Amino acid sequence: MKRILALLVAVVMCASMFVGCGSKDDGNTLKIGGIGPITGDAAIYGQAVMNGCKIAVDEINAAGGIGGLQIEFKFEDDVNVAETSVTAYNKLMDWGMDILVGTVTTTPCISVSEKIYEDRVFALTPSASSTDVTKGKDNMFQLCFSDPNQGTGSATYISANMADKKIAVIYRNDDAYSQGIRDTFVAEANAKNLSIVYEGTFTADTATDFSVQLTAAKAAKADLIFLPIYYQPASVILAQAKAMDYAPTFFGVDGMDGILTMKNFDTKLAEGVMVLTPFSADAQDDRTVNFVKKYKELYKEVPNQFAADGYDCIYAVKAAYEKAGCTKDMKAEELCAALVKAIKEISFDGLTGTSMTWSDKGEVNKMPTAVVIKDGVYVSAEAK
Amino acid sequence: MEFLSYLISGISLGSVYAIIALGYTMVYGIAKMLNFAHGDVIMVGGYVSLLTMTSLGLPVWVAILLAMVVCTILGILIEGLAYKPLRSAPSLAVLITAIGVSYFLQNSALLIWGANPQVYTPVIEGAVKLFDGQLSITYISILTVVVCVVIMIALTIFTSKSKMGKAMRACSEDKAAAQLMGINVNKTISLTFAIGSALASVAGILLCSSYPTLMPTTGSMPGIKAFTAAVFGGIGSIPGAFLGGILLGIIESLAKAYISTQLANSVVFAVLIIVLLVRPAGLLGKYVPEKV
Repeated sequence: MKRILALLVAVVMCASMFVGCGSKDDGNTLKIGGIGPITGDAAIYGQAVMNGCKIAVDEINAAGGIGGLQIEFKFEDDVNVAETSVTAYNKLMDWGMDILVGTVTTTPCISVSEKIYEDRVFALTPSASSTDVTKGKDNMFQLCFSDPNQGTGSATYISANMADKKIAVIYRNDDAYSQGIRDTFVAEANAKNLSIVYEGTFTADTATDFSVQLTAAKAAKADLIFLPIYYQPASVILAQAKAMDYAPTFFGVDGMDGILTMKNFDTKLAEGVMVLTPFSADAQDDRTVNFVKKYKELYKEVPNQFAADGYDCIYAVKAAYEKAGCTKDMKAEELCAALVKAIKEISFDGLTGTSMTWSDKGEVNKMPTAVVIKDGVYVSAEAK
Repeated sequence: MEFLSYLISGISLGSVYAIIALGYTMVYGIAKMLNFAHGDVIMVGGYVSLLTMTSLGLPVWVAILLAMVVCTILGILIEGLAYKPLRSAPSLAVLITAIGVSYFLQNSALLIWGANPQVYTPVIEGAVKLFDGQLSITYISILTVVVCVVIMIALTIFTSKSKMGKAMRACSEDKAAAQLMGINVNKTISLTFAIGSALASVAGILLCSSYPTLMPTTGSMPGIKAFTAAVFGGIGSIPGAFLGGILLGIIESLAKAYISTQLANSVVFAVLIIVLLVRPAGLLGKYVPEKV
């Protein structure tokens, strides 16, 4: 017994020697961490954000860094699972993270944001859109539209451009993201007198067969189907609708983004699908053209909205950091407080919108726009 | 008209469940174990056939054949490496091993093929239009139902008429007595796994053709549903698995259409509970009292 105890004490003492090493800092870098799914069924989102962030980081470092500090960027995989995400966050904290860009998806972000609030780390998520992400947490901000904004934005867009359509909604009711957007969409659609003729749901367990929902929507004579869901079930819906010769207008939100880069996906299926997104890769402004060119060179594909969100996050952090006049010798808590104050004062121009501002609630204000898929690429819906 | 359409979706979904359930039931009937890795063999079948068609560019029938061969070998390997050493172990140990094999297959697929969902190219495309196009039935649904019926009949004949089939039934009734009569029990069980896994590959191809997306977890949910179907119809009974699968699919579809899409699964399992309360051995299962 004594020997075991002695061994245990020895192990603890050895381990304690390393404790200080993890957070040791050379003082010349700003450590920005990122978390998101780079494997798993939402992998396309995390990969795009990570790639977008890296482009921004390289650009900033080449131009002299943030306030004289070079950025060190590290991205951890969370497989879109809340528990894994918290582990990834702890790993980044051990690494000595100053600022978090993340997490990418909603459900993990709700868990991680609790830790962020306790630890007083400044965080800006590129794409976790539920209001639960920011609710009650003064140091957690969103760069993307919140779910209510996406739902209301879609309803506003439809009522302005296609008010006479009969609408069906198919959503996933065991998912906070999907349910959240559906709720605000329906509320706004009712307020705007749009006619919703059918609502169908599915869950993770019933996400294989949608023929019943589609038949019911067709029977209700719906000619627009609103899909506030991720791209994987959406691809099945598109294929099954085609098999039964049903061709309404499909209207998706940011979760639909990524459908074109699915392996073996027949892009003809997505012809005419509309997506509410603040970013379209065919925009002609210098900022977008430059970003798309770099992204294609490095990753051999057209960037989606998530890549642009990631890119913008890094620049927004830079803008806030410089506005607040932060320095490296600030303590973590001071840095967080300074950034929280500064981000609400800046007006930021990025790929996903101009004159973006942030409210006390952590939500961003910017204009929604829609794109339509034509010949396998996004084009602006207005240019149709 | 909508009713017919719902019914057809139900039968088509149910046939896929039924083919998977046939595999479950065969293995349970003979080896008296629940092979939870069955659903994941389906996924392997899906990937093998997809890769044969897309990466190697070979015709559909080669893809089907290759998927069946690979899955059959996989089934025999799983049985030989994971289950055979546990032949005399308590059934709980075998059950847990099966769950382990299931995770092993899923994670291997994750490593080999990556986690991104892939779109599956259906083996046949197109649909028949009836009543001025108001009702369309995809060829793949028809194929699924036909294949399911053929497999069910073939298996019934095989187990009742052929020598190997009789050996299987003997093992199912009493392993020790079968061995005394000169039946090679180990070989018979291996054969059962081979047949079950070949069925799984067919199910995988049909499942992915009807619901065209494939990822490492594709097989797990249909696997569980099919297990439910097997219990529903009476586990161990071949016509029972068929009936259970079809009924499960129809109930699921109609519940989605007429009760609520949100309650579909609850309705399915409520029906299952009621059936098991009335007939504890399932619809066509035989109740065998424990011999003391």
